[in-house]
Amino acid sequence: MKSKLLTLLVLLAPSSTLWAEALTGEVERQPLNISAITMFLIFVLATLGITYWASKQSKSTSDYYSAGGRITGFQNGVAIAGDFMSAASFLGIAALVFTTGYDGLIYSIGFLVGWPIILFLIAERLRNLGRYTFADVASYRLKQIPIRTLSACGSLVVVAFYLIAQMVGAGKLIELLFGLNYHVAVVLVGVLMVLYVLFGGMLATTWVQITKAILLLFGASFMALMVLKYVNFDIGQLFKQAVDVHAKGDAIMSPGGLVSDPISAISLGLALMFGTAGLPHILMRFFTVGDAKEARKSVFYATGLIGYFYILTFIIGFGAILMVGTNPAFKDASGALIGGANMAAVHLSDAIGGSLFLGFMSAVSFATILAVVSGLALAGASAVSHDLYANVIKKGKVTEKSELRVSKVTVVVLGILAILLGIAFENQNVAFMVALAFTVAASCNFPILILSMYWKNLTTRGATVGGWLGLVSAVVMMILGPTIWVSVLGHEHAIFPYEYPALFSIVIAFASIIVVSKLDNSPAAEEERARFLPQFVRSQTGLGASGAVSH
Amino acid sequence: MKNSYSQILDDPRFQELVSKRNRLSWTLSALILIVYLAFIFLIAFAPQVLGTRISADSVITWGIPIGVGLILFAFILTGIYVRRANGEFDRLTKAILDEVQQ
Repeated sequence: MKSKLLTLLVLLAPSSTLWAEALTGEVERQPLNISAITMFLIFVLATLGITYWASKQSKSTSDYYSAGGRITGFQNGVAIAGDFMSAASFLGIAALVFTTGYDGLIYSIGFLVGWPIILFLIAERLRNLGRYTFADVASYRLKQIPIRTLSACGSLVVVAFYLIAQMVGAGKLIELLFGLNYHVAVVLVGVLMVLYVLFGGMLATTWVQITKAILLLFGASFMALMVLKYVNFDIGQLFKQAVDVHAKGDAIMSPGGLVSDPISAISLGLALMFGTAGLPHILMRFFTVGDAKEARKSVFYATGLIGYFYILTFIIGFGAILMVGTNPAFKDASGALIGGANMAAVHLSDAIGGSLFLGFMSAVSFATILAVVSGLALAGASAVSHDLYANVIKKGKVTEKSELRVSKVTVVVLGILAILLGIAFENQNVAFMVALAFTVAASCNFPILILSMYWKNLTTRGATVGGWLGLVSAVVMMILGPTIWVSVLGHEHAIFPYEYPALFSIVIAFASIIVVSKLDNSPAAEEERARFLPQFVRSQTGLGASGAVSH
Repeated sequence: MKNSYSQILDDPRFQELVSKRNRLSWTLSALILIVYLAFIFLIAFAPQVLGTRISADSVITWGIPIGVGLILFAFILTGIYVRRANGEFDRLTKAILDEVQQ
């Protein structure tokens, strides 16, 4: 019974390897892939065209931060789906299905179930209360300076870790897929990211994400279709042949389950579920639509597209078992897949459509990283210019022009930093950084956001103390844990025993916010509690909410 | 603005909107969590159920339609919420706001 329970707890948490957005370790550089590079150049030219068009449309700060609120629910849904259909979830889930079969589907489901919850509890209140950043909502009835400072720091920490992981992952992936030098790849990603955000703001960032999402959905649909055609559109045949050729046989049709350390596993599960609702670049997307109605629609479309995409990757993974796993051309001398299991979907595109389609899917995988880092850069820049500069340093007394200027300078600085960090971390294991980003988002951003929307008694003092404790405890426990203290820093024993601390840091954050708020009897706290009712009315009805800007 | 807020708070339609929306959003949240947890419990305590073939001559197991069904279920729940919120709830909201803004 006890071991059953452990298995259960472990299954609640999606595999950490899936979220290892970075392909770490030694990568064997592939020969220069001309068709892939050509198709990637076409994508870059098209997205620079989008950026030029967007720069003509973007004039105000509202255009820059939130595309003027003129993105439709459907477009935003595609963009949100694009944020989730990262290179890692495409290559990673297909790889998991390729190696373990059914388990891949279990993990896909784990990633999807967070979205309905975001719709039911967060999306419309967020849209009704905020304007550019989630700190607008968290600080709605609390003191601007401490809450904005906290939210901005939470956002920047999340953006920094996520960005490093993406940059290193991009470099490795490009080395693997295109045969380009790592440093060239990192500089290329950094420069393009800055160009999109600097000139095109949120409008360009959103349309680059939409373009990439459509290309990826098209490519994945085509692959799934060709896999089904290979078995004459007989799903039963697909599974039957896979069972026949797979080394694990029948086992690929039922749950396997991997067990490590259950506390870490639950922690990671919590981090992924609540972290999604605390990621600044995801939350920011809800401000690009005109009203709560469009915000709801965007989650509906996003959930549908992400679900469809995961079903495709399941078919693609099984297709790879049949068409890649049985073909010695895709394996090295020892019988392992060339480039590792993560390359299963890439090899499958070669098996299906030859080097031309392989080039297309490689280009799309690269485009995916570009689109995701652009959103991150914009989220980081908004935290600095809108929260720190305009509302903390200048206390709200600032012109649109100077706020925009600060934002643009920040984007350039972020771009340079991203390139330098990408190069500095080239040979480090950065897989833990995405998990750390989610842990901080779940332990700092998420608690203050959700409590500010739902809990009347929240006070500035409570949110500040608890939010900082959540942020600091998450980072400190992660550093003292086995991943950084032992694997990266080379110490013999970890001071904090678990790989992922979210379980502890989330509890620390919520508990300290609640206790400190309850004990706060200051007159300021009374005023903040009194302001809950007007906030409640606005969150429910959208009265006074910022709408779409008409030009 | 302050007056509009207290006017809305006293509006019985606002109370109706809040209680209906709360009931729907918490019910649907509970549903997705329960179904997801049930799926996880099945994996933990009776994995052989998901590993059972749907018929003797097929290798397809119950796990496949149940797993794909769960993805569809999540999508359908979001559809139900959006349908009611964009119809009934938005009509109520509009009626409340129209009166205040006159």
